[in-house]
Amino acid sequence: MSLSNRHLLGLEGVPKEDIQLILDTATTFREVLERPIKKVPTLQGKTIVNLFYENSTRTRISFELAQKRLSADTVNFSTSTSSTKKGETFKDTVRNIEAMKVDMIVVRHESAGVPKYLTKISNANIVNAGDGLHEHPTQGLLDMYSIREKTGTLEGLRVCIVGDVGHSRVALSNIFGLITMGAKVSVCGPSTMMPMGIENFGVKIYNNIDKAIAENDVLNVLRIQLERKAGQTIPSTREYHNYFGITSERIEKNNKNILILHPGPINRGVEITSEVADGPYQVILDQVTNGVAVRMAVLYLLGTMH
Amino acid sequence: MQIVLKGTTLLDPQQKLNHKADLLIVDGIINKVGNLSKDDYRHSTVYEFEDKYCAPGFFDMHVHLREPGREDKETILTGSNAAAAGGFTGIACMPNTNPAIESAETVRFIKEKSAPHLVEVFPIGAATHERKGEALSPMNELFEAGAVAFSDDGTAIKTASILRLCMEYAKMFDAPIIEHCEDPSMADGSMNEGFTSTTLGMLAIPSIAEDLIVMRDIMVAEYIKGKVHIAHISTKNAVELVRQAKKKGINITAEAAPHHFTLTEEAVREYDTNFKMNPPLRTKEDVDAIIEGLKDGTIDCIATDHAPHSSEEKEMEFIYAPNGIIGLETALGLAITELVEKKHLSLNQLIEKFAINPRKILNIPVPQIKEGEEANLTIFDPKEKWSVDVSKFKSKSKNSPFDKMELTGKASAVVNRGKLYFEDKFVNI
Ligand SMILES: [Zn+2]
Repeated sequence: MSLSNRHLLGLEGVPKEDIQLILDTATTFREVLERPIKKVPTLQGKTIVNLFYENSTRTRISFELAQKRLSADTVNFSTSTSSTKKGETFKDTVRNIEAMKVDMIVVRHESAGVPKYLTKISNANIVNAGDGLHEHPTQGLLDMYSIREKTGTLEGLRVCIVGDVGHSRVALSNIFGLITMGAKVSVCGPSTMMPMGIENFGVKIYNNIDKAIAENDVLNVLRIQLERKAGQTIPSTREYHNYFGITSERIEKNNKNILILHPGPINRGVEITSEVADGPYQVILDQVTNGVAVRMAVLYLLGTMH
Repeated sequence: MQIVLKGTTLLDPQQKLNHKADLLIVDGIINKVGNLSKDDYRHSTVYEFEDKYCAPGFFDMHVHLREPGREDKETILTGSNAAAAGGFTGIACMPNTNPAIESAETVRFIKEKSAPHLVEVFPIGAATHERKGEALSPMNELFEAGAVAFSDDGTAIKTASILRLCMEYAKMFDAPIIEHCEDPSMADGSMNEGFTSTTLGMLAIPSIAEDLIVMRDIMVAEYIKGKVHIAHISTKNAVELVRQAKKKGINITAEAAPHHFTLTEEAVREYDTNFKMNPPLRTKEDVDAIIEGLKDGTIDCIATDHAPHSSEEKEMEFIYAPNGIIGLETALGLAITELVEKKHLSLNQLIEKFAINPRKILNIPVPQIKEGEEANLTIFDPKEKWSVDVSKFKSKSKNSPFDKMELTGKASAVVNRGKLYFEDKFVNI
């Protein structure tokens, strides 16, 4: 069994069999992570570059750990400013890296489309670790993995993505992946946070969090990004919390069987209370562990394709 | 010096010309239209243009030459060469150079620099000082030096009050204010807003950012009886607004760029920065509305918004890449392929959009195919099939999304200012 594409640019258009294969492979690696020696020689001799143009310690560490567990050689190239602003074009940077004979590039960038562009200027396998407001496919995969781990299946499951859907790459990857796997996907948040045409994906839109909790099996709660332009879309974090925050009261009132996910980092007291973030309904730390296993699966499947 | 243009069909809607006739041109002046004698042929250099059409020289009223300031992208000379290759004998250039076109010296510099060339260049002056939208530019002085219109292109004139003053002031010499219609408060994005931008994960520019300013400009023009020209119209609503404004008798004109009647936002899916321009590519509905507007005369002319950028700049990440594409060498082919071949426009209408209306908007005399007139002509073949090859472009920049595209319709030659451009060469005639 192997994947149908030698890059992972997003979950849009990725066939069900591929997602299934990644999730199943991740299950095997998840077991490896429980062993005393958490390392397998699968990608020995492969060189992977983590090209991070945006600060994201968590995602980078997760990828790096996955690479080390697979015995790959890894190099980090991190910068918070675009190389363009430093006088070297992105293309030149990539050509330089390419000249060092790398097998795989994991890329995070604030511009959508950069991973796709990379496939045109590099021969390496490209893994998207987040591009602009577009996709973050490994996050989508680890979310699906974490849900499946708890529920056994994604088919027919009702999953609601809560928060700033318009400024989230996590949301899109979840929507694409979950729909492919047969889940019923909805979104919930203030209407200012819903991007144009989101309903065309076939997702239901909630503006009422109680209803969203009551009518779903899973909530994937997004981080409220106040740093970005997104800050303008709500009057205050207090008002957001009052109307859309996930609290124990809301869960207990509406649906005690709900499963809560959060991609992190958490704004405690804004999109979710500490009580919920640390409570019995959530799998937030499992997601972090699963993230390593899922990334191992992706890197392994891509790295051993040819 | 005398030449004969042989075998062409003359096409000039102003004089209702539509017949085959040879032209004798002596020292750049049309000496005979048809009825040439054997001696005329014998004493002339004869150029064969069998099955081709000869029209008044084409004019592109929206070109960004990068001189002065960014001669690495385009110069007055390379831009003019590209214009000639694309079938244009005249162009108007936008003021967003460095320095901007806002002094008589800069206007004269451009006019003098372009004087020896076949292609006439008409500068468009900045409407406001440094195109900042705060104070009027010295419009009268610019006009006297040779500016034909005023614009803050790149952006709309910042406020309604300054726009009003610009329009009022320009009325004194009947020059239009050319507006790049976009409300900047809504324009923080890299493509058209809609389901496609949502799918691609990009901040986007809604079509109403354009509509709002078109509406504002129409109302200001109506209120003070000013003259406004809408540059690169790209939305369905904007076309309808202009249509209604014309019905009310408001002094408004509009242009459309070939990419806006050829491509939709779907083209952005590959994140190729050669599909990034401002206004952005819109939807199929908008494209259809633009074609409809061209058909019914709501949109007066076709202008390229030729915007050269170096490959280093264009090969950036999508959100950082500069807006704009070059268009001089593909405009005619795209217009014939998309509009004439598909029966939206007749060849006569095409000539109105390419040669007659842009000059009328700018109060530039329209060339006539008549004995005694200066020969200012475009000879083109509406049936010639060709494949776009940017590496052969005369433009210094290569940022075209149309590379490798198969087109129908191509300029064969242009004549103006006593020169002929034919088969890649300029000849004094
Ligand atoms: Zn413009």
